Amino acid sequence: MALTRNGRAAPAIVAVAAAALFLVPAAKVPAFYESFLYLMFYWIALATSWNILSGYAHYLSFGHGAFFGAGVYATATLTTKLGVPFLASIPLAAGVAALLALGIGAVVFRLNRLRGDLFALLTLAVAFVLATVILNTPIDGGPGVYLSAVPLPNLAGSPSATIYVLGLAIAVIAVAAAYAVAHSRLGLGLFAIHDDEDVAEAKGVPTFRYKMIAFAISAGIAGAVGAVHAMYVSYVTVGETFGITIPLYVVLMSVLGGMRHWLGPAVGAIIIGASLFAFTGGASATVGRAAVALGLIAVILLLPDGVVPTLLRRSGALFRRSAAPAAAPPATPPAAAAVPAAPRREPAAADAGPLLVCDGVHRSFGGIHALRGVQLEVKRGEILGLVGPNGSGKTTLINVVSGHYPRDAGSIALDGREIGHLKPHRVAQMGIARTYQIPRPFAHLSALDNVVLAATFGRESDKASVRAEARHWLDFAGLGARAHALPGALNLHERKFLELARALAAHPSLLMLDEVLAGLTPTEIENAVALIRRIRDAGTTILFVEHNMRAVLELCDRLVVLNYGAVIASGAPREVMRNPEVVSAYLGGTHA
Amino acid sequence: MPSFTLLGQALVSGVLIGGLYGLLGLGLTLSWGLLHLINIAYFGLAFLSAYLTYHLGEVYHLPPWYAAALLVPAFFAAGVALHWTLARFRVAGLVSLLVTFGLIVVVEAVIQIVWTADFRKLELPYLTASAKLGPVYLPYMELTAFLIAAALAVGTWAVLRYTYFGKAVRAAAEEPSMAAAYGINHRANALLIAGLCAASAAVAGIFIALTTTLAPSQMFAWFGVVFAVVIIGGLGNPLGALVAGVLIGVAESMTMALIAPAWAPVVAFSLLIALLIWQPRWL
Repeated sequence: MALTRNGRAAPAIVAVAAAALFLVPAAKVPAFYESFLYLMFYWIALATSWNILSGYAHYLSFGHGAFFGAGVYATATLTTKLGVPFLASIPLAAGVAALLALGIGAVVFRLNRLRGDLFALLTLAVAFVLATVILNTPIDGGPGVYLSAVPLPNLAGSPSATIYVLGLAIAVIAVAAAYAVAHSRLGLGLFAIHDDEDVAEAKGVPTFRYKMIAFAISAGIAGAVGAVHAMYVSYVTVGETFGITIPLYVVLMSVLGGMRHWLGPAVGAIIIGASLFAFTGGASATVGRAAVALGLIAVILLLPDGVVPTLLRRSGALFRRSAAPAAAPPATPPAAAAVPAAPRREPAAADAGPLLVCDGVHRSFGGIHALRGVQLEVKRGEILGLVGPNGSGKTTLINVVSGHYPRDAGSIALDGREIGHLKPHRVAQMGIARTYQIPRPFAHLSALDNVVLAATFGRESDKASVRAEARHWLDFAGLGARAHALPGALNLHERKFLELARALAAHPSLLMLDEVLAGLTPTEIENAVALIRRIRDAGTTILFVEHNMRAVLELCDRLVVLNYGAVIASGAPREVMRNPEVVSAYLGGTHA
Repeated sequence: MPSFTLLGQALVSGVLIGGLYGLLGLGLTLSWGLLHLINIAYFGLAFLSAYLTYHLGEVYHLPPWYAAALLVPAFFAAGVALHWTLARFRVAGLVSLLVTFGLIVVVEAVIQIVWTADFRKLELPYLTASAKLGPVYLPYMELTAFLIAAALAVGTWAVLRYTYFGKAVRAAAEEPSMAAAYGINHRANALLIAGLCAASAAVAGIFIALTTTLAPSQMFAWFGVVFAVVIIGGLGNPLGALVAGVLIGVAESMTMALIAPAWAPVVAFSLLIALLIWQPRWL
């Protein structure tokens, strides 16, 4: 992946540095240094944990202080009121914070509209609600909670060394978690959610579950930080815990360091944590906060990618000339890429009836009935053309079959199994892939990674073969030379073929093509028609939505005509086009 | 069971404070719904306006209408300048939330440095005067704030709905490129809207100074409630913000009267979360 490609040396360096830092207490340094370093670890852990959801998936949380605070007060309550040992309270505090996150996520991640905006503001609000609740209940009650009487186990020679070691351990866990997530399926899914959540879902990413997992990890680490910090300060108050400082600083650290890199927030935390040291106490703390806020504004406006990615790009330009996307030669036309198609999934039973059956499918938007009882069958191995005037419901049907819009009534069955109630990612995993009329590639993933994502989530797969598979489909679509280009650098024709490669990489049994030919030149259309024929010859069934009648007649085995959300004719292409009802639908009401 | 007088008083206070919520939400809802900028800096501006009103009254002994004459045009200009800057750097969506979050923290810090974290209250004889409606008190200043908030909300709604300018703004919010193709100059319209949002924040700030006790940290407490108002009222809908403001104001004051004042801040969010779970179509 573009973000992780050049990461061979960095994890090793970070691991060695962490190991060396664990030895610091043995050197018997003055407690002041341990305390200073502890605060660094504190910020590294907080910023890195925030970034796991907010940076990777771009669901900005302004309530990281709430999870930290939940951890602080969980430990304060458990140790002072319930007699739980301090060390045992740390995982419990992490659990409390993670549960809080799951509760918030369950409410806001289900929304379809404005979910990012609402998430941001709701998390900000939750911090205040939690502060109010804690202030008004015996959890705090107003005067604050003293932890000075809680015994601190001696882990490293002195109390300050013990806190130091715990802080370091959590920072290491946070950075390791950020690294592991960025290099896993989860991370790939989160990066796709960042770019286009609907498309990620349609390509098989279980978006709701992934966001919940990332949020729980993020909040759990913040809760553990809170648990240790409660012991470090030994006197906790609502005002100090739930202030605006933590949400503000973690955002700035991550934005400064780079939100799409696992090490970005840690680097940002070190830069800002060290400079904050200049502003301590009373009035200068206020000045410091203002300076940090101004810094945030300046960084967003002037350095939107953050320090780490910017540095990597600079060094990458020096050391890795081959990966520079701009240097790639222009795309070869697809006809030239004579790669045979890979073997596909076996058809369940070749003669077991139609592949897809839509029966009485209804869908309305407000008062508009976009689909009114659509009845159609797609037979195995055929190219079924779906035509109709603009607004007749063709794209809506694709959206309903792929699960993007739930159907209001009717049934949709694939291989005889009902799929109408499934989430889009389940439909994708069942073997239905689609392309978008206007290509919607993941903007921050290279062309290759776009296909890798579809290959990873479209079906069960092992990680080793996925990249080779993705390469194969990219070559098949004639985009082999553009593998490392970002979608923004591709022209419309190339983006359309990227859509195709992405759909094919999922090894679909049914491929739904939504106006793939629109906007292409006659030569490009010829290439595309040849490519579509090869896809079918390799065993994929195709639902072909198109306005270009010449291509439709050339490619399709059968034709279905939609008008006002209902099927008005179906059968052999040339016969259907002579049907008087079809003619009148295209030419206007009274001609028939 | 509390007396009917207490409930009646709570109802009146809730409606009146609700007007102020709606007024504070006006800038955010217009900016979010029509300009696609989640500009929370309007809270900072409202509090800046409140502190300036306080300062003009307490130090220079200027009456609040002088403050209004000074602050409303000044804030209009500030809003235009802010929007111009955001547009210049192509800030939109969540990034606008980040930038304006930074701004609000800067404003809060400046307020804290200039006026300290102490509580401030403008003391003027007519601020505490009130009419009596049977056993229920009707404070003149809160009533004025409510009437002006209602007038601004209805006026903005009417402008958006019936004038060419309003239709152009709504069209551009829906489909900017299409609107531009029909000759709508959205950039100029957006600057005007942003200026009006900031001016409404100035008005809200003046009434905050006249009716409440000021402290820099209050900014974030108000913020939560107003955010709920904007969402519940529907983005870009000034009347909705007013109605939602009154709804939340009444719910809060009823909670204060029936349960305990300390629990009031939770009310708005409980309503909001319930609404997000329910997910009605108009949300």
